[in-house]
Amino acid sequence: MSVNKLGKFAVIGLSAAWLAGCSTTATDTDSSTVAEDATSTEQVEDSAAADSTDQSFGAGEDGAVTSVIVDDSAEATEEPMVDPLAGVDTVFYFDFDKSIVRPAAREALAKHAEFLVANPDARIVLEGHADERGTREYNMALGERRAKAVSRYLTIQGVAASQIETVSFGEEVPVAFGHDADAWQLNRRVEVRYE
Amino acid sequence: MLKRCLSAVFVFFFFVSTAKAQLVIEITSGADQLLPIAVVPFGYDGVEALPEDIAQIVQDDLARSGLFQPIPRSNMLSMPSKEEDVFYRDWRLLKSDYVVIGSVKKLPNNKYRIGFELLNVLSQKPVQKHSSIDVGVNNFRDAAHYISDKIYELLTGSRGAFSTRILYVTAEGDRKSPLFRLQVADADGHRPQVVVESKEPILSPSWSSDGRKIAYVMFRNRRPNIFIQELASGKRQQIAQFRGLNGAPAWSPDGKKLAIVLSKDNNPEIYTLDIATQKLERMTNHYAIDTEPSWEPDGKGIVFTSDRGGNPQIYRLDVNSKQVERVTFEGDLNTRARMTPDGRYLVTVQKNDGNYHIALQDMKTGRVQILTETYLDESPSIAPNGSMVIYATTYKGKGILAVVSVDGLVKYRLPSADGDVREPSWSPYFK
Repeated sequence: MSVNKLGKFAVIGLSAAWLAGCSTTATDTDSSTVAEDATSTEQVEDSAAADSTDQSFGAGEDGAVTSVIVDDSAEATEEPMVDPLAGVDTVFYFDFDKSIVRPAAREALAKHAEFLVANPDARIVLEGHADERGTREYNMALGERRAKAVSRYLTIQGVAASQIETVSFGEEVPVAFGHDADAWQLNRRVEVRYE
Repeated sequence: MLKRCLSAVFVFFFFVSTAKAQLVIEITSGADQLLPIAVVPFGYDGVEALPEDIAQIVQDDLARSGLFQPIPRSNMLSMPSKEEDVFYRDWRLLKSDYVVIGSVKKLPNNKYRIGFELLNVLSQKPVQKHSSIDVGVNNFRDAAHYISDKIYELLTGSRGAFSTRILYVTAEGDRKSPLFRLQVADADGHRPQVVVESKEPILSPSWSSDGRKIAYVMFRNRRPNIFIQELASGKRQQIAQFRGLNGAPAWSPDGKKLAIVLSKDNNPEIYTLDIATQKLERMTNHYAIDTEPSWEPDGKGIVFTSDRGGNPQIYRLDVNSKQVERVTFEGDLNTRARMTPDGRYLVTVQKNDGNYHIALQDMKTGRVQILTETYLDESPSIAPNGSMVIYATTYKGKGILAVVSVDGLVKYRLPSADGDVREPSWSPYFK
């Protein structure tokens, strides 16, 4: 092999890449998103995008990678002054690989439904979760199916669909970190979050 | 400007600390018939210390492939760096079939010339002509992996994958302050670098076919979004933030499209997104879960997970006709399929009697083999030469990465010093 043929080894060292990070301006490089389809008027606004502080560092060829540090400023979760739902369950559990709302959840869900019907401006997000078993994207779908099951239960009781958003976290945000049946049961859940 | 520089300095220290937390290889089993090979420490006539021990890296690469049995240095009777200094009988005594020798020479332009040669002990001849490459001081590891690739190809006939890289996600911190990092490292776990860092979850990293860009899912404001990011520049683009799921991005072999999962039309369906035109096309239409798309190597089909038959199984979607047929039939369930580059085998996560393992299905004969015996296996990803599968598993209560050869004989783990490691994605060859 001829000398210097391997141009790919001519690489900027990492420290050089960091220095380059000083001389080039770090910017929020997020570009625009795909246009949302016109029919959906319920698209969630990326409210954090405005004050997000994505930063990029470094530049380089080949092996050198530029890190993006995402630090969205903390969301302002406004707690209601008086919580009319104090003491009402906000977490509902599910059986393995199932998305059926358990009878034990009905009483609390009825109270949420009652509140939402009485307060048509109130909005909730139903956050579905799965346990760690199985693959991550399948669990994303499973978590959504659970959130939708709770959503259906609420709409049947008169809550407007526009008051409810369903989101899945899959197995990404466990509340119990063990690897046993007890931990898994706690993680298979839907959490009700008032926006 | 000053502030930017201070930030960069901060990141500098941050990288240094990350570099210590690299993945460590622990080989747990190898092939039955190992080829004995001696990788002699490379000769060097300079005075300044060299940044890396090239012969050691080559030796580790070859050992990790599970096909070679390196001769320990302590057994070597001599350490030649030129062919004329090699006494072949020394190596016959050690029962070494092959010997790798080499040397490092400092050049005036701050580069190093690394020469190497592969010798056949039985024929007492070089296997190939003496080769050399010139590298900078920061690229000794690249040079070593390049040499490993050459030796692997000369001795096995197939291309080595030592110069490739892996993407993976680490999770640290507690429930209150979690920290997720998408990282990229060499295939041997060395030189980790942070690609993106966030307090919200990151999953499903996927390489573009040229290895320059990646796609992944990252939560923002408690909702999943799909991003595309250029590795070198860090430039990134949010490409899907529909209501509901935005997941499982998979780059088409021609690099023009992403297969993604959206539930904007009520339940999870496979779509393709043309990256240049941003045209979205719905590919599946079923009330069941359809997710985890992965392109066949020729781009004509997409394999995906669906529970339309009751349990999750793998189905194949014809990209042109959108016809769907079931592919997997064994096991209680099969999810997250990936196909070997030659299209011969399908790798899945299969559940049997409550255990999740990596399975290999021969697409010609239909024969299925369980490759792993670790715990809660998931996220398989195949090396570009089709020889190895990297996957995530749980070991001693922690998420780690592990590797198994497609014949199931070679196994090793890549534990990390701290945090959970997950979602590995093996790079293509870099062009």
